[in-house]
Amino acid sequence: MLPRIIEHLAPAASVKTSRRAFLVASAAAAGAFVIGFGAVPARAAGGAAVSAAPAPFDAYIRIAADGSVTILSSQFDMGQGSYHGLATLVNEELGAAWDHITVEGATGDLKAYGNIAWGGAVQGTGGSSSMTTSFDRYRQAGAAARMMLIDAAAKDWGVSAAEISVKDGRLTHASGKSAGFGDMAAKAAQMPVPKDVALKARQDWTLIGNGDLRRYDSRAKTDGTHPFTIDVKLPGMLTAVMIHPPKFGAVVKSFDAAKAKAMKGVVDVVATPRGVAVVGEHMWAALAARDAVTVTWDESKAETRGSAAILAEYEKQAAGKPQAAARNDGDADKAMADAAKTVEATFRFPYLAHAAMEPLNAVARMNKDGSLEIWGGHQIPGIYQGIAAGIAGIKPEQVVLHIMKTGGGFGRRATPDGDVVAEAVMVAKAIGYKAPVKVQWTRENDMRGGRYRPAYVHRLKAGIDASGKLVAWDHHIVGQSIVAGTPFQGLIQNGIDQTSVEGASNLPYAVPNLHVGLTTTEVGVPPLWWRAVGSTHTAYATEVFLDQAAAAAGVDPLAFRLAMLTGHPRHAAVLKLAAEKAGWGKKLPQGRFMGLAVHESFHTYVAHVAEVSVKDGEVRVHRVVAAVDCGTVVNPDVVKAQIEGGTGFGLGAILAEELTLGADGTVEQGNYDTYTPLRISAMPKMEVHIVASNAPPTGVGEPGVPSIGPAVANAVARATGKWITTLPLTRGMQS
Amino acid sequence: MPKLNINGVDHQVDAPDDMPLLWAIRDLVGLTGTKFGCGQALCGACTVFLDGQPSRSCQTFVGDLAGVKVTTIEGAQGKVADTVRQVWTDMDVPQCGYCQSGQVLAAVALLTETPKPTDDDIDAAMDGNLCRCATYHRIRAGIHEAARRLEA
Repeated sequence: MLPRIIEHLAPAASVKTSRRAFLVASAAAAGAFVIGFGAVPARAAGGAAVSAAPAPFDAYIRIAADGSVTILSSQFDMGQGSYHGLATLVNEELGAAWDHITVEGATGDLKAYGNIAWGGAVQGTGGSSSMTTSFDRYRQAGAAARMMLIDAAAKDWGVSAAEISVKDGRLTHASGKSAGFGDMAAKAAQMPVPKDVALKARQDWTLIGNGDLRRYDSRAKTDGTHPFTIDVKLPGMLTAVMIHPPKFGAVVKSFDAAKAKAMKGVVDVVATPRGVAVVGEHMWAALAARDAVTVTWDESKAETRGSAAILAEYEKQAAGKPQAAARNDGDADKAMADAAKTVEATFRFPYLAHAAMEPLNAVARMNKDGSLEIWGGHQIPGIYQGIAAGIAGIKPEQVVLHIMKTGGGFGRRATPDGDVVAEAVMVAKAIGYKAPVKVQWTRENDMRGGRYRPAYVHRLKAGIDASGKLVAWDHHIVGQSIVAGTPFQGLIQNGIDQTSVEGASNLPYAVPNLHVGLTTTEVGVPPLWWRAVGSTHTAYATEVFLDQAAAAAGVDPLAFRLAMLTGHPRHAAVLKLAAEKAGWGKKLPQGRFMGLAVHESFHTYVAHVAEVSVKDGEVRVHRVVAAVDCGTVVNPDVVKAQIEGGTGFGLGAILAEELTLGADGTVEQGNYDTYTPLRISAMPKMEVHIVASNAPPTGVGEPGVPSIGPAVANAVARATGKWITTLPLTRGMQS
Repeated sequence: MPKLNINGVDHQVDAPDDMPLLWAIRDLVGLTGTKFGCGQALCGACTVFLDGQPSRSCQTFVGDLAGVKVTTIEGAQGKVADTVRQVWTDMDVPQCGYCQSGQVLAAVALLTETPKPTDDDIDAAMDGNLCRCATYHRIRAGIHEAARRLEA
């Protein structure tokens, strides 16, 4: 989940670019805007990487002779529905039969696939930007393809293009002439690519905004046929399991694999810079032999602190002065000193694992022609291409990436060092490229493999004047930088990694004296973006603390917020909508309490109202009402699904997830018995309300996560009088 | 050499008795709809039917399956399975889809046993099937809808 900071790096980012401006820019990009038909050189998705030149025929759409339409997606789909979104955008303009459409991942041409929301400099999926980057680009591709099909039919039939209509993949003329897209595809490919195409007016849309449109890929997810990376099978393919260092930063000193190598089905045991790999004929052969390998580790550079020690150190730092200021309005120190009343709190956030259902994996195959193919969840393909080429000692353009849809992701498939992708190449190389290799992590590999949502400590102080108004706010965040030491390091500006402070430094409330500071720590635990990134902790700290301040001021938390949101109508609107639909202020059944929170992340606004009860120290969330404003809605049902799922994901984390390191620095959790995401019995009843909007579309993959936690905590505080400042709640309720 | 009956077909598999059924199904028989999630019977992604009962194939061993009929997601058939699949598609229950082979089979088992399940019945029957996308809201609604359609 690359952060929105990338926008700051690239002023050319066209988040706000008008459709017209983009058309011009597209044309100026000389052939970057291209549509393919029929006679396309056969290759799998991602194969364009072999060619350095932009593939002129198949950047976005392929139509085969049988009428099937394949959309080539710049955006990665880990379940959030980006492929469905792109299919919707293309077909709104193209007019193919919906059941003829499939979507594949594509890469290799930055002009075609670079993320426009990030300035186009990188292809990648994150920061909930897929609809933003695709909205014009893929509608135009669909419109141009339709125009070329119509032009081809007009020429063939000797009629005017204006007299041809398109419906469900058929071209028809009043004379009775008719042809399917497939029949006309080869001829359409000979038509000039239109330089400018008119897009449908908003009121003519039939697919965009249509809540009845079903995802094209659901069926295959109910009968076992949907292919994931774990399902990739190649002739002669071997399967490798990894033995990773028990502590972060340790490396292999030596290993003894004599016993393992003698076991049936074991092909080899090899050391890589990332650990020892046991290579077998199949998964069980490798797994069964893994325990027979003994490894001695060099831990001289390993992180040996436990998370309790790390957090204790953070707490000390949080009480002191921050290293850098992320925002400084007015004079918070003075206003705090002059305030009639002050409130303080210290929040502690644990490391969190992504724990996606499909444990990390990748498949690598070196071909005789020197090309290296890699199948996997390539969320940042260009970076993976470079890493793989570096390991194999070949040119990046010789690396062909096959982009698979993955069993979840939540940020974990976008690692700056390529982790499992790098491992697949390392293992293939270590066995002399004698066979294709699938590296398949176990759940324990996945849980203990690092790349967590970092742990943080937040220290907050608020000053309230005699009239009950919030006049001072001082917020100090302490924790690791996600981008430091990665190819994204340049994104740190003036000592501030935006991913550490997003959601806090842009606090929407009108507080005249406001200071947000950051202290960046150095810890040997590899961090990563985790669905909603900085907002996973900043939303909790700010929104819970705001309720605490409202309580100190003696004001209703809804009224307290709305009074300070006059300059932020979209925050206010979702908050009011959620509160109204939830029945905020109305009498609740005995023992039930409500809490609310609002947060903007990645330009999408979400408010949650949670209804909870607390019995014997156990929190139960009964009902959740969410409201979302993501601008123009492409797929209303996907928006609902993502807010539902994001709510469950965020709720699980707040209730009971924590990844801890023991006193010697080894991870204490290994599987779902000790790291415990939400299960169905803890899922509340929920409803999602969408704000109608004509604003540019923004994403929903992440924004459902941040505000559920504070909404629940604020309800718990009403039930118990206690503000939960240590997460998860299972821990915080005891402290 | 152990013999497995999977989806009505006998397979001789070159596997030690302690090989988990999951890996025999996936790597030796070649059916990949059954998914690996945890290896410890904690997530339900590897759910199959053993003589009609939902079971975790990652903690079932090939040496223990003589005379047992194994049904995987690919082999799940009949009115209940068809209805659950149709509802799952109509309501777009899956997100990433990785856990859904297990969810679908668990839902089929529940509806076969309990044609009109309550929310509590659903929570009890489905709690062992983890969904990291948290599609639980729709799984619950989907099971109720399937029950309605099956009754009609």
